[in-house]
Amino acid sequence: MSGDIILIGLAGVLSSAAPIIFGVVGETISERAGVINLSMNGMILLTAMGGFAVSLATGSLILGFLAGAAIGALVALIVAFASITIKASQVAVGFVLALLCRDLSYFLGNPIMGEAGPRLPSASIPMLKDLPVIGALFFRQDLMTWLSFILILAAWFFIFRTRPGLVLRGIGEKPAAAYVRGANVNRLRYLYTVLGGAIAGLAGPIFSLSVKAGWKGTISGLDGIGWIVLAITIFGGWNPFKAAFGAYLFAFLQWLGLVLQPALPGLPSQVLQVAPFPLMILSLLLVNIGNAEWVELSLAHLPPRARRSISRLLRAMNATPPAALGTPFAKD
Amino acid sequence: MRDSRPNRTLLQIGAIALALLFTTFVLLAAKAPPLAAYLNLGLGALGSWEVISNVLVSWVPLLLVTSGLLLTFTVGLWNIGIEGQITVGAIFSTWAFRLLLGSGMAPGLVILAAFLAGMLGGALWAMLAGALKTFGGVNEIFGGLGLNFVATALNLWLIFGPWKRPGVASMSGTVPFDPSLWLPTLNPQSRLSPIAVGIAVAAILVVYGMLRGTYFGLRLKAVGKNPRAAFLLGIPTWQYMMASFALCGLFAGLAGAVQVASVYHRLIPSISSGYGYMGLMVAMLVNYKAAIAAPVALFFAALNVGSIQLPIVLQLDSSLAGVLQGTLVLVVLLAQGARTRMLKKEGL
Amino acid sequence: MQVELRDIRKTYGPVKANAGISLRIPAASIQGILGENGAGKSTLMKILSGFILPDSGEIFLDGQAVSIRSPADSIRNGIGMLHQDPLDFPPMKLIDDFILGHPGALGLGKAAAAREFRALAEQFDFALEPEAWVDSLTVGERQQLEILRLLWLGARVLILDEPTTGISLPQKEKLFATLKRLAAEGMSILFVSHKLEDVEFLCDRAAVLRQGSLVGEARPPFDTRTLVEMMFGKEVPLAERRTTVRESGILQVRDVSLEGLRIQMRNVSFEVRAGEVIGLAGMEGSGQSTFLGACAGLSRPVEGSFCIEEQDMTGRSHHDYKKEGVAYLPAARLEEGLVPGLSLTEHFVLAEEKKGVFIDRRKARRLAQERIELYNIKGRPESTVESLSGGNQQRMLLALLRSPLSLILVEHPTRGLDIESTIYIWSKLKARCAEGTGIVFISADLDEILQYSDRVIVFFAGKVSPPLPASSLNVDRLGALIGGKLWEELESEVAHA
Repeated sequence: MSGDIILIGLAGVLSSAAPIIFGVVGETISERAGVINLSMNGMILLTAMGGFAVSLATGSLILGFLAGAAIGALVALIVAFASITIKASQVAVGFVLALLCRDLSYFLGNPIMGEAGPRLPSASIPMLKDLPVIGALFFRQDLMTWLSFILILAAWFFIFRTRPGLVLRGIGEKPAAAYVRGANVNRLRYLYTVLGGAIAGLAGPIFSLSVKAGWKGTISGLDGIGWIVLAITIFGGWNPFKAAFGAYLFAFLQWLGLVLQPALPGLPSQVLQVAPFPLMILSLLLVNIGNAEWVELSLAHLPPRARRSISRLLRAMNATPPAALGTPFAKD
Repeated sequence: MRDSRPNRTLLQIGAIALALLFTTFVLLAAKAPPLAAYLNLGLGALGSWEVISNVLVSWVPLLLVTSGLLLTFTVGLWNIGIEGQITVGAIFSTWAFRLLLGSGMAPGLVILAAFLAGMLGGALWAMLAGALKTFGGVNEIFGGLGLNFVATALNLWLIFGPWKRPGVASMSGTVPFDPSLWLPTLNPQSRLSPIAVGIAVAAILVVYGMLRGTYFGLRLKAVGKNPRAAFLLGIPTWQYMMASFALCGLFAGLAGAVQVASVYHRLIPSISSGYGYMGLMVAMLVNYKAAIAAPVALFFAALNVGSIQLPIVLQLDSSLAGVLQGTLVLVVLLAQGARTRMLKKEGL
Repeated sequence: MQVELRDIRKTYGPVKANAGISLRIPAASIQGILGENGAGKSTLMKILSGFILPDSGEIFLDGQAVSIRSPADSIRNGIGMLHQDPLDFPPMKLIDDFILGHPGALGLGKAAAAREFRALAEQFDFALEPEAWVDSLTVGERQQLEILRLLWLGARVLILDEPTTGISLPQKEKLFATLKRLAAEGMSILFVSHKLEDVEFLCDRAAVLRQGSLVGEARPPFDTRTLVEMMFGKEVPLAERRTTVRESGILQVRDVSLEGLRIQMRNVSFEVRAGEVIGLAGMEGSGQSTFLGACAGLSRPVEGSFCIEEQDMTGRSHHDYKKEGVAYLPAARLEEGLVPGLSLTEHFVLAEEKKGVFIDRRKARRLAQERIELYNIKGRPESTVESLSGGNQQRMLLALLRSPLSLILVEHPTRGLDIESTIYIWSKLKARCAEGTGIVFISADLDEILQYSDRVIVFFAGKVSPPLPASSLNVDRLGALIGGKLWEELESEVAHA
């Protein structure tokens, strides 16, 4: 395999991770506010179909992306209403929406299946695109890939370096404490859930207008991405940087699967495509195992030095969710 | 407002009406004639003895997985890995068939062995998700989802690899078994097996009895509602969680075995057919209570079978059934939540 | 700033939490608000701080009617409240916690905030480091952080809800000095407590609430007897002390070392005898909960052994302890002790020995009926546990105990209960002692510890005292030990003995 092919492959990894990054950052914002939006899998399919359909009908890429954001926001609004106003189970409502949106996208997308539609052009930057290595990696990408880089930075900066971001962390961590400091917890939770939904809603159009252009119904290969997005959110410890790392890792593994395919004839392509999933389980195991009771109990038997270094290692890997994640806020 | 029957009924009728309303909008958005679509849906499910028997064929696995899921929901766990458990159950029972194919064992015994193998496979796959949850702290939703994808990959690998049809491997699955090993059906044209129906009905009855009148069921409930208090009351919490996973996987594996032994007579790529996720919806719709699971599962099965004709007759995608089901569950979840809120506000 | 509350009313279902309370607090003074649990103190303060809305009533600040409909309104009007359980953010840095909720530009302005933080901390002599983490602070330090934060927000009225629970003696002295100084600078301070000595020592005036109404006001010098009568409506008869200690040992703790989240305890040894009551005293988080849990097999010691009636139980699970007749009653009744959603009958079925596969419903209901009568629980067999009042939930926990038991371990047996329930609960516990059961309990209430224990073990920041005869202690000495004083004296006493 020549260097060029690897370089093009890696550039492809950066762009194919872009939709996942939008999904993960959207979910991170929502969960930081304390609301789990479990509808992601169906929502990505629905926004992919919707964004493509709108672009196809209007010929406008921008309207396609806006449609995706609007659908994402709307689905998130249902999750917010169910969990904040009605205090129904977030998991149950999110899961049903995941299935409902998926079926809805297949049903409504039936007439436009397989049609050729608009596609996001790459936005090469003159001069810079000809730089060795970096040029191919970064400066021949399309606009949304560019935005995905900016999104990671902006989201991180917002959450950890601004006053509203501090309040956002507060309402997900201990809503009562944020409330006595003047934050309107439920209104902010609505805001961030819907905002997170809108950001994640761009993931679909990025697929259908760029990464995997077009709408091909059940064989679009998008079913399952949303679940990965949710897992990467946990893996990333609700931090946009770590989450982006998870997204790139996932995209890299998928690419690796494709590259290795010819070397393993007789193996259906679907088998290698699932390679990231066992790894996802493994990584969740690593970030969570420190919380397990038996680990703590068996550590008690080890000599002090070993105990301390192991528990330090476990704590370093550990991801602690926002303390009030999934719990509604009531004053009384 | 009290928790009285008329209110409940009103809520259910209202939910169905709202779900129909939404689906009608969806149909109009797709420029499809709503009445014709519903009529086709109805005819597709009830129009002939053949389709009615197809509804029952589809009811069997759905009721089996729903029965199992009632146990995991009772203990407070979301067994999303149920799809994978069906698949692994089907794989194990196919394996048993292949092993015993030429052994000269009586066909009845072979089928029995295949069922047992399927139950074992489903239970093992479920306990894997359970172990990840109890010993590794991996949320069962994500562990289960990951295992679903792995089970699908395993299934495909077997169909296209070691178990492929002589000559070409294909999406149509493995070589069909000898008809002597098919589960007996009512008549040769039908795939409806009275034995399979009997198994499904027995499953829901067992679960109903278990949750209603046994120590096991009560302890499951206690663990589901408050694991810490249940532990302090002397209930071995994680063992009960694992047991409910294992039992649920057992039912799911049985569903997979039924699909292999009496419906397809071979292993096919999409052997779980989404019954697992549909079972989750049925369980949510009946509010995790066993008493009305059977009719609701029948209704869902009817919608599914009814929608098969849609692409041919009206050029509509058959996922319309899923849209209707999903909307119905969503509306009921929201209405139930709103009702609980109102009851609380009134201080009752 | 002068604060006036006029005819504040708030009802929860049938309960009148505030039944028309009017109160005027002059500027530059410390107002004590006294009352037993459930008297309506917290409700009134939460109304003033905008946390809950009153059904009716008015609030005036310096004679101006103000509308306080949310905490944001109260902050805007210069009212700050220090909640009993500090409402801060444990996983954040002090400086982030300090800034959160403070109005300002988009950026955090950390450097400027840290300067202000240091200046304020220095002014009050609080040793707080802005880059430290909140979860590394003691409760007293978390209070200090909250006070700094509220002052930075411009609070001119400060409400403190039971601030002396769980803080050390030096921290309490520092808190009182701070409050006196703030009052002298013109602030109005509302000091909510059920501790007479704190109010008597600190306050310029005291108001007493009982069952949602203001029953009286007093000024220094305070007369303790009058205050007690106002608080409880009658003189509280204390049960006569009687001991039921026998010779035989129940629980032997030998050289046990424990490691909790932030607490380490070394080489604890003692014995609980049959019929004996041992009280564990200490500030919240001093190690006593970890220790009590270890006695029930809920966590494992790093070193040492636990024996129940001569049988080595070290490293065994809680369920093994249970089989040996050890019962553990957690403090959080509805969160840890009972299963919300299940009926009383179902609880009794769960707690009893499992017999066969199927539940005999009729027998179960009969059993529930009997126990409900025996323990005087206000509820029916089919009621769910969450519909019971706190006192009845505690009775329910006792009713669930099996018989006979060798050891009962209880966290806060009477927290949040009224006097009547408290006396009832202890009569039932003492009846168990008379049967030869040993009891080890945790309480934050020093009077309860002294009243009911035969011996007392004091916990302070990982230090564990040997069991001290209750007769050798009084509130002052126990309070000093809890606050970390007199330990050298204690250790030399032990060395001599």
